[in-house]
Amino acid sequence: MAETPAALLRAWVSARAGEHLSWLEDGLSGLAAGAAERDLHLFLGFAPRKLGKADLGLSTADLAAAEAARPGWRPGGWSLDGAARVLGLLVFKGQRRFAETFKDLRRTADAAEMVALYRGLPLYPEPEALHFEVGEGLRSNLRPVFEAIAHDNPFPRDHFDEHRWNHMVLKALFVGSPLAPIEGLEARANPELARILVDYAHERWAAGRPVTPELWIPVRPFAGDPKIDAALARAEETTA
Amino acid sequence: MMFIDPHAHMISRTTDDYEAMAASGVVALIEPAFWLGQPRTYVGTYVDYLSTIVGWERFRAGQFGIRHYCTVGLNSKEANNEELAEGVMEWLPRFALKEGVVAIGEIGYDEQTELEDRYFRLQLTLAKELHLPVMVHTPHRDKKRGTSRSMDVCEEMGVSPSMVVIDHNNEETVGEVLQRGYWAGFSIYPSTKMGNARMVEILKRYGSERIIVDSACDWGISDPLGVAKTAQLALESGVPEESVRLACYGNALAAYGQSGQMKESDWLDPPAIDQRTLFEGNSILRGGRDPVIQEPGTVGRRAGLLIE
Repeated sequence: MAETPAALLRAWVSARAGEHLSWLEDGLSGLAAGAAERDLHLFLGFAPRKLGKADLGLSTADLAAAEAARPGWRPGGWSLDGAARVLGLLVFKGQRRFAETFKDLRRTADAAEMVALYRGLPLYPEPEALHFEVGEGLRSNLRPVFEAIAHDNPFPRDHFDEHRWNHMVLKALFVGSPLAPIEGLEARANPELARILVDYAHERWAAGRPVTPELWIPVRPFAGDPKIDAALARAEETTA
Repeated sequence: MMFIDPHAHMISRTTDDYEAMAASGVVALIEPAFWLGQPRTYVGTYVDYLSTIVGWERFRAGQFGIRHYCTVGLNSKEANNEELAEGVMEWLPRFALKEGVVAIGEIGYDEQTELEDRYFRLQLTLAKELHLPVMVHTPHRDKKRGTSRSMDVCEEMGVSPSMVVIDHNNEETVGEVLQRGYWAGFSIYPSTKMGNARMVEILKRYGSERIIVDSACDWGISDPLGVAKTAQLALESGVPEESVRLACYGNALAAYGQSGQMKESDWLDPPAIDQRTLFEGNSILRGGRDPVIQEPGTVGRRAGLLIE
């Protein structure tokens, strides 16, 4: 049987904790044993101070284990402190519902903390209770926070309705964020999104701005429609 | 020359200012939590403000190649609203450990009321508990007495002078502040605080040990290039380069670096994760260009007629 995401995170973080291993283990056992929320705040605050912010630098085998533990979870870009923060949140046995604790943490998070909180989305309990919080993150003006949700994260693919999905893809284009790292970009293609993207391409052409070739990935499945075919042909011309 | 502006309220400034600061050589700045020009009437708006300076503003600065740090605290003006003050004090400990928080500040006195005194003391206790430096705002009115009193209270509360920057000094206060072992901040702020020609005279008279120059630029008529312009004027007036470097860079780094949250490598050799997400890198360091002092709006995208 596959390891749980929490077990994997624990192994990865422990192996890199160095002299702070006992701080990590004490902290995690306290959190698991029903510590107060204040202890969670301290653990999250101290994580980068104790462990540093280096990349986890996961191996191919680690990434395969992540995929087995939670299909679509791709923690290749995670940092050590970020992984420790998500791990702390996963083991924490709080008095309140998870979504309420999460909301409170999100309200006061610094940028790196917010990135970590949102990268952990596919691993949390009660995903359906997190829709409001996810919406706040998608509306963020901090591109790395938006990308923590949109990139290498199966939560949108698995839990977004069509409207939210489409607007996430559009926002990615709008802020110059690549589409390729979006999990389910092809699987969740839909006619409404294709129509919006074609309109968007026309807006860009009219303004004399370039159109990224990635835009056409979720459009191509709907070839056959005359408006879409015309736009695809024009895209071919402009990139040729 | 690289500069640090250790007192800049960037939440009130434009992207032109960020571009001009980066071009002038500013590699890092500190945004102290302060009064927004009008009072907050809800604890929640204060919480969101603190959240903005640890998050969004930090990110915004990073897009211009400037490392952004901040201080968190309940300022002296709003300490006079007891209901607000009590609420803010409950949230402060959570913000004090956020990434890039280099001090508790700016705190101290405005009208020197009893409530100001109470929350100043409570926040000194918090700083001591968390081993964080303190940024002290000295009052505009009854300044000399207010400055002495601020230092008296720091000592009463057992906070070491080496952990305290007394800011907004002038010719009348600097002697005592230095003599008592504190860091002495000077805000180069037109009309009300310090001018840079006077600042050069102070550097000539006192040297640069424990002296820190800042712009304190905010929503008022102020100059985000205060540090760079002071450095240039000092160099032209014959102040030794090393002395200028200390007052406009090194001392701020040494004082606020005591938080463990501010290191030279943050801008010279940033962690890979920050380079990918939160910090665009400094174009001056990348290109090896000499810093240039150009007024906001004359660098970058505002320079020409075309808007594209």
